[in-house]
Order: sequence, then C-alpha cells, then structure tokens
Amino acid sequence: MSEHTTLSDLEAAQDNTTAADVQQESVQNFPEPADAGATETMSMQQALNRALAEVMTENPRALILGEDVGQLGGVFRITDGLQKKFGEARVFDTPLAESGILGMSVGLAMAGYHPIPEVQFDGFAYPAVNQIICQVGRMNYRSRGTLPMPITLRVPSFGGIRAPEHHGESLEAMFAHVPGLKVVSPSGPNEAYHLLKYAAARQDPVIFMEPKSRYWQKGPVNAGADAAGYSPNGSRVVREGKHLTLVAWGAMVARCLQVAELAAEDGIEIEVLDLRWLKPIDAEGLAASVAKTRRAVVVHEAPRTSGLGAEVASTITERCFGTLKAPVERVTGFDVPYPSGDLEDEYIPNIDRILYGIQRVLEYRRG
Amino acid sequence: MADVLALDDTGPAELAGEELRELYRLMVAVRYLDESAIRWQRQGLIPGYAPQLGQEAAQVGSGYALDMSRDFVFPTYREMGVARTVGVDMVEYMSTHKATWHGGLYDPKASRFAPIQAVVGGSVLHAVGWAHGQTLDGAPAGELGVAITYFGDGASSQGDVHEAMNFAAVMKAPVVFFIQNNGWAISVPTERQVAGGSVAARAAGYGMPSIQVDGNDVVAVTQATAAALAHARAGKGPTVVEAMTYRRGPHSTSDDPGRYRTLEEERTDGGEDPLARMRARLLADGIADEAFFEEALAAAKAEEEQIREGINALGPRPGTEMFDFVYQEPTQALKAQASAWREESEHV
Repeated sequence: MSEHTTLSDLEAAQDNTTAADVQQESVQNFPEPADAGATETMSMQQALNRALAEVMTENPRALILGEDVGQLGGVFRITDGLQKKFGEARVFDTPLAESGILGMSVGLAMAGYHPIPEVQFDGFAYPAVNQIICQVGRMNYRSRGTLPMPITLRVPSFGGIRAPEHHGESLEAMFAHVPGLKVVSPSGPNEAYHLLKYAAARQDPVIFMEPKSRYWQKGPVNAGADAAGYSPNGSRVVREGKHLTLVAWGAMVARCLQVAELAAEDGIEIEVLDLRWLKPIDAEGLAASVAKTRRAVVVHEAPRTSGLGAEVASTITERCFGTLKAPVERVTGFDVPYPSGDLEDEYIPNIDRILYGIQRVLEYRRG
Repeated sequence: MADVLALDDTGPAELAGEELRELYRLMVAVRYLDESAIRWQRQGLIPGYAPQLGQEAAQVGSGYALDMSRDFVFPTYREMGVARTVGVDMVEYMSTHKATWHGGLYDPKASRFAPIQAVVGGSVLHAVGWAHGQTLDGAPAGELGVAITYFGDGASSQGDVHEAMNFAAVMKAPVVFFIQNNGWAISVPTERQVAGGSVAARAAGYGMPSIQVDGNDVVAVTQATAAALAHARAGKGPTVVEAMTYRRGPHSTSDDPGRYRTLEEERTDGGEDPLARMRARLLADGIADEAFFEEALAAAKAEEEQIREGINALGPRPGTEMFDFVYQEPTQALKAQASAWREESEHV
C-alpha cells in the first residue's frame, strides 16, 4: 500500500485531529498487568479452566453442565479435572441434547443456581436457539425481574481448526440481536480468565464465545490480587496507532495485530481495538479510538450481511461522521455457509484481505 | 404400562367429605370464572382467552394434590384452573389475557407458579432443571420439592418434551409430567397427533412409571397426582400422569371449532361433564345437598365479580417497564433507548 499512500499523506490527513485528550483517556482505560512478577504464562484453555475452578470455589451455587464436561473434561479440555475437584453433583454430563441443556439451565436458575452450560461446538447451539431466545433471554423480563437468569453459556466459537461442518460458526450477530442476552468474546488468555470470571458473576445471561483456534496459544495471565484494577467492561486498545483503527474480536484480534505489524513497516500506524463485548458494544471506546484515527476497518469471521460489522460501522458513523475520512470498511467472511477445511483460509479474513481493506480506506477520496 | 398407583403398597388415600366438598367448590369457581372470561372477551374487557371448559377435574384435581410449601408449577397458557386451585392471585393471573403483561403480573417465585408460557413444550424442560435443583439442594427423601409440568397432547409432539423426559429419567429428577390429553391441539385430533394414542405409554421407553387416568373424575385425578408426587418426593424419580379429558370449548376466543368438528361430535366425544359428575357423586354419597351447591355457585359468582372488577380497574403498565426488566444490570444502550423513548413519547 505504500505505493499508494505515503506517511506524509497520512500526517497531512491528521491535521484536524482534536482528540489528544481522547488518546490520553484510552491509555488510562487499559492498564497492562502492573506487576510482571504476578503474571503466569498459560494457554487460553488453561486460563479458562482456572477461571472456572475459581468461580466454582467462590460460588457454591455455580454448576457446570454439558456434553462430556465431566470425566473427559470437555472435548477442548476446558473443564479438565473440575468434576474430580468439585464432584459429580456440581460438574455433570447431560444427555446429548442442547435444547435440554439450556432448558434445564433455565430451571436450575429458577431454583437459585448459577448454571455454566457448555455447548460443545458453536453449530450445536442451533438446536438450543428456541430456549436461548424465548427462555434464557426473556425469563427475567417475563417474570418482571423476579426470576433472573444468571446463566453463563460457554460456546467454543469461530473457525480456523479445519473441523467438520457446523463446528466453525460465528453466531455473535444472532445472539447480539436477542433482547436480554449479553455477548462477549475473549481474544487471549488474560482476557479469557478475567472475562469468564466477570461473566459468571453476573445476574444476567452471558453468551461467552471462546475462539477455539486460540485455545492453545500461550500468553501472560495476571490472576493475582493485583489484577483488581483490571476493567472487564467495554473494549480494549491492544495496540495504539494514529492512522486507522482495526476493530476485531476473538481470533481476529491476533490477526489484526499481525496486520498492524506489517503496516508499521510501511510507516502506517494502526490502532487495534479488541471490542470484547459484542453486546453491549462499547460505543464510547469505538468513538474515542476513531475520533483519533478518523478511519476504521472492522474485521469478523461471520458472513457480511447483517453481521456485527454493520452495527460497529453504524455506531462509529453515528458518533464520528463529521471527522471520518472514509466510510467504515468491513472485512468479513462471505455470505456462504462456512466452507470445508480446505477452503477456510479463503473464507476467514486473512492478512491480505485485511490489508486490502485498509488500503481502500486510506485511498478513499471524497467526491 | 406401569401403574404409578400400584407402586406403593398403601394405595390411594381416601378423601374426606370436606376435601370432596372443597374440590367441588374449586371446580365451580373455575367453571364460572372460565365462562365469564369468554363473556369478558365478547364484551371487550379482554382481547382474548384460552378456555379450559371440560378440564376442571384435571386441573383442580392435580393442583389440589400439590404441597405448595415446597412444590412448583410449570404451566402453559390453559392452566387457569390450576392457578386458582393453588392460590395464584387471579386478577394478576388474568392480566395476561388483558394483554397487560406477558406471563402475568403475579410474582411467580412467591406464587411457586412459573410465568404463563405462550409457546408449548419449552417449559417442560424448566421443570426438569428446577427439580434437579431440589435434588442438588439435598432435601432428604420424602421431603423433596416436586416440579409438576403441565402440557397437552399437542405439546407432546415437541422435541423438548422428549428431551425433558429423557433428562428427568436419567437424572431421577422429582418431576411429574402432567398431560391433559383433551383430544384436540387446536384443530388436530389426538389420533393425528399422538402416535400410539397415549403419551403415558411413552413413559415405559424412559423407564418411568405412568398412569392414564380418567381426567373427568376429579377424585381419580387427585389420587393419581398424589401418588406421582409421593413417588417423586421419596426420591424415586419422575412419572407421567396422562389425564384423559376433552376440550369442550374452542382453543381460544379466536377459534372456530365448527370448521373441524360438529356439535354432535362434541356431545358424544366430550364424555361426562366433570362438574355434573362430581355433583352427582356428592349427592349420591350424601356429602352435599342442594343448599351446598347453591352456596358454592354464589361464592363463585361473588369471586368472579371481584376478579372482573380487578381486571376492569387494571390499566396499562407504564411504558418504562418495557425497559425495566430486560436485564438485572441494564446496558448503557438500553438506558439511552429508554430516555429517548421517554423524551419523544412524553415530551419531557
């Protein structure tokens, strides 16, 4: 892209930036682990497992249920060892029926429990959609707040592992559209640990979308007491930049960081925003970043049409229309069923496609 | 088909005279309120109603057997008779038919009566989850709270009902699956709905005891439900009770049964009116006399008048309530929508 856009073009384009204060705020919002000595390196699988163990210890009403979550520890081993530690009453295998798992979770919540059901793969959430939409999302409303649904539904999500059909779906837009639900997706081990602990302490249902292609990537996790300053709310700037904001979640965050590295070689400084919460969307966080960079590209694995990228683009446009240098660009999966493993690299936004998207935004000229 | 009544050597407990009179009073109150609700709809007091005419024995009998200090009811939308029997506030219950609030205004937790469900099947699973929660709570056998879930022959076709029965049987959850087989799912008769002709027969496949009971005999229903509750309360797991009854009225106040059944069929297929049947029994056994029946009807009318006045006085809920109960912790986006709605609708 350096052929088309020079750094000085970009610097010139920044002349109207008025958001030095915004940049200051965004730095304050996202503290890195303060004490390097308190961090441990672990995979997202380990971080989730640890978070679940702590939730189960701290909340005696918390229960883990699902298919193969007991002795096997789940097909991704997220619940590994938890049945042994907490007993068969609190960590239990159900028959193979997702509507049953969610419907039963509703009843357990009505009985005062805090169920943490697992749906084994994203595509297996489809049979449970009636319970998720009509019951999990509505019981608090229907009961006028007397029957809260503190259900944390863990869904191994998104693609990238060459899995069979229905094992690589991106359902965030469907869930985010449902009143009564909240939706969150961690991008790495530290986020996974903190966001799961936070979600499991809520009185509202949270769909917790785990990027399964990132389960085995290691990173620092600050699980110590000094993590008290960690903010589980809103989005998080994971790389600061001034020319363009890449908005992503789940596994796409790591890919966008790679893209930012490459762009930096051309002198283009890209800010990467990990949206984290897909409902509610952090409108202020998006606005703060894009007010500074004045350009945005949103990246997701899900099909484009009516995907969450449209909501992100609209949110940005509503707040930053006056200062935007270009329409918000979407780099997404296609409007096709998730393809077989051999083609998934063509489907999931890859580095080239994201770079093309960035280029289109940088080269955009009005009129 | 295993017979749940035969599970315990004790057999069904005989009901005392006052209990029988109370069952009759309840059935009259429910019948009168049910017929009145149709009039309310015709008069424009409520927009719609799902009558339970003919199902008084099934609803009153099963509700009467419950121990509301520890049991919990999971209804669908045609359980007015159960609600009245277990003591749900009937103005707050009927509010759902006035389109005041989906699920009704009553407190489902305090009433131990889950919100009214407009879609059948889904709530059957909730009963299993709640019941398994009683097992986890660790009450000793004999003192377990029991979930009773009401559904019909139509709902029995839903996959959720299969999942619920299988889950409950695998987990030995204290659940009573109470089916009112009333012959019709709107316009589709049982023979085109239930393969094999009986939902209770399916219980054998799950290793559950079951009983098909004469759903127009309030005493038989009470005894069958009591036995099923005792079975669950003792930690022996779920059972199926299928009350064979007949939907004497339309599916709802919008329905036209003339399109799918004749009046002659209604007369012959409906069997004996459960209310007339109980009345004859009380008279024959010398447990009640004409004065008692008149008194029961007068009480039912007085009660209906009070409920009607309550429904009449019930205004729409404030619009803010659209937003108030979506979450325990509302999102900023929702708060913003609520303020915008308020500004634009109330011009504040």
